[in-house]
Amino acid sequence: MQVWHFSELAYHPAWEELGDSLRNVIPSRVFDPKLGADLYHRYLDEWALCDELGLNIMMNEHHATATCIDSVVTIPMSIMARETKKARLLCLGMPLANRQDAVRIAEEYAMIDVISRGRLEMGFVKGAPFEVYPANSNPVDLMERFWESHDLILQAMTSHDGPFNFEGKYYQYRQVNIWPRPYQQPHPPVWITVSSPETCATVAEKGYVIATLNTGFTRTRGLYDAYRKRAAALGKPANNDRFAYLALIGVGDTKEEGYRRAHQIGDYSRTTPRTARQFWSPPGYNPLPISAQGVKAGPGASLGSIFTILGRDGRRIDAMTATVDDFIDAGLMFAGTPDMVYDQIKDFYDTVGGFGHLLMMGQGGHISHEDTVANLKLFSQEVLPRVAELN
Amino acid sequence: MERIDINGRSVETFVAGSGPTLLFLHPEDYFGQHVPWLEQLSRHFRVIAPRHPGFGQTALPDGYRTIDDLAYHTLDLISVMNLRDITLVGASMGGWIALETCVRSTQHIARLGLLAPIGVKFGGRQDRDFADIYALPTQEVTHLLFHDPAKYLPDYSDISDEAALEIARDRQSAGYFLWKPFMHNPSLRKWLPRIGVPTLVISGAQDGFVVQGHAAKLAEALPYGSTQAIAQAGHYPQIEQADATAAAIVAFAQR
Repeated sequence: MQVWHFSELAYHPAWEELGDSLRNVIPSRVFDPKLGADLYHRYLDEWALCDELGLNIMMNEHHATATCIDSVVTIPMSIMARETKKARLLCLGMPLANRQDAVRIAEEYAMIDVISRGRLEMGFVKGAPFEVYPANSNPVDLMERFWESHDLILQAMTSHDGPFNFEGKYYQYRQVNIWPRPYQQPHPPVWITVSSPETCATVAEKGYVIATLNTGFTRTRGLYDAYRKRAAALGKPANNDRFAYLALIGVGDTKEEGYRRAHQIGDYSRTTPRTARQFWSPPGYNPLPISAQGVKAGPGASLGSIFTILGRDGRRIDAMTATVDDFIDAGLMFAGTPDMVYDQIKDFYDTVGGFGHLLMMGQGGHISHEDTVANLKLFSQEVLPRVAELN
Repeated sequence: MERIDINGRSVETFVAGSGPTLLFLHPEDYFGQHVPWLEQLSRHFRVIAPRHPGFGQTALPDGYRTIDDLAYHTLDLISVMNLRDITLVGASMGGWIALETCVRSTQHIARLGLLAPIGVKFGGRQDRDFADIYALPTQEVTHLLFHDPAKYLPDYSDISDEAALEIARDRQSAGYFLWKPFMHNPSLRKWLPRIGVPTLVISGAQDGFVVQGHAAKLAEALPYGSTQAIAQAGHYPQIEQADATAAAIVAFAQR
C-alpha cells in the first residue's frame, strides 16, 4: 500500500468570524495576505517533508472558500515538482468540467510531469456542487462536459505528430499540439473520484484508479465491488492499486495525543457543511430522482444528510458533534497510537476487500505545524512500514 | 394534456376553448399553477399551451442546447399545427422564447404579449437585470418571485413521485437554458426592431426578480411596444392575478 499526505490548506483564522458560511459569498477582506503567505509556506513545508518520510503527496482545489485556499492546484503541484525528488504527486483533482480550457489542463499537467521526471498522478474530478458557482459552470451537463474534456486531454497528451483537430460539443480547437508531451508514456496515471456504483463501473472500463472520500464502512465496499464486478466482466485486472481511500489520521505517542490530533484534523469534516444551502443543489447537478425528492421536501427541508455520518452499523451521527470514536466507528478516521491506527486501517482494509492507496489527511483545521510534523513523522516511522506490506 | 407530434417530437400540449388562437409559452417553473389563468383565457381564445421540450414528462431532446432551439421548435409547432393570426403570449422564460421566435418570423403572429419576460438585458456588465435566483437563499427568492408567497407558493409535500419528477425536470431544463449567459441572449436586443407587431409588456408591480424599469426599456426597444402593470403581483402576474392578467390580454387582443 502507498500512503499520500493530503491537506486542503485551510484558512482557519477566518472561520470564527465567518460563522455558518465558509464558501462562495465570503468577503476576501477577511483574508490577511501576510498571514496567508505564512500559511502557504507552512503547508508547502509539510508537503516537502513527505519526500523525506516516504510519503506521497496529494493536493486538490476549491474556490472562494476559507476551507481551502488551494484555488489553483497546479501551482503547489509545480512547486513540489521542483522541491521534492521521490514523492509521487497526486492531484485529486482537477475539476475538468469547471475549467474552460481543456488544452491548458493538458499543458499544465504535462509540464508538471516533465519537471517532476514522471511523478505526476493525474486526478480528474466532478467537483462539489457549490463549485459550479465560482466557475459559472452549467451544472446540468457537467458530466458530459467532464468526459469530453477527459478525452481531449488524453488525446492531446498522446498525439505526437503535430496538430490535430478537435471540434467537440463543448471544446473546439483546430490546432491542438501541446508542448511538452508528458514524461510518463503514454500519459500519467489517471485517477477519478467516485460516489456512485454507476461511475465506478464506467471508470472500471477505463482501468483507472478510483478514489472514495467520506464513504466509510457503509458505502466503500459497495463502490469497490461495483468496480471489481465490471472489471471482472471485461476480463480486466482490478488489483488493489486501482482503489484509493481517504481518511483523517491522527497518530500520537499516546492514545490521547493521537485522538487530539485527529480531533483537530476533524475540522475538515466539521467545516465542509458550513455552506449556504442554496449552493448545495444547483439545478441538474444531482440525478432527477434525487432532485424530485428535494421538490417534495420543499425549500425549508433539512439538509440533514450533509451533516450526518453513518456509523459502522448504519446509525446516524451528527458530524458537528461526532467524537473521534464516532468517526473511527464510521471508518472516516484512524486515530490513536501507531498500533491502534494500524489495527484500524487493517480492519477497514479487510472489510472493504483491500485497497492500495491510503489518502491520509494528516493536516486539517487548527492542528499546528509542530503537531502536523509529529503526526507525519510518527506515522511514517511506526505505521507506514506495516501498511506498506498490506496487499 | 394532449400529445401532438411536431416533426417527430411528441409535445405535451394543453388545448382548450374556441375562438382566435392564443399560443402560450410557459415560464421556467410553476406550470401546474397556471390552470386558472389558462381557463380564463380559454373563455376568449382557442388556447394552445405546449410544454417546452425537456419539461414536464418529456426528456430534453438530443442536441437541444440553447434558447434558439426552443424558438425554432416554436416555429415548427406553429407550422405543423397550421396556426394563423396568433396572439402569442410568453411568460418569463416563455417570454424570452417568444421574443426569439418573433425576431425570426412574425409571419403568423398578429400580436405579442409578454409577461415579465427575461431574455433581453439592458444593464451594464456589473448590473443584474435578473436576480441570481440560483445563488440566493430560497426564502429570499420566493419573496422576489411572489407578492404573496404564503398564498401562491405551492406546497409539494403530498404530490406523487411522478409529479415531483416532472417539476424536477422543469427546474433542471430551465437551469440548462438559463445558466450562461444568465437568462438572456446578448445578441437579442439588436434584433428587436424586427418584431413589427403590437407588443404588450406586462409586469407584476411587486416583481423583485426583474430589475425595475425593465418593461419600459423593452417596450421602448420594440417598434410597437407598450406596457401595463398588474397590481398585487410579483414575477408571475398570471398566477397571482390570473383574472386581471387575462383581462389585460383580452383587451390587448381587441385593440
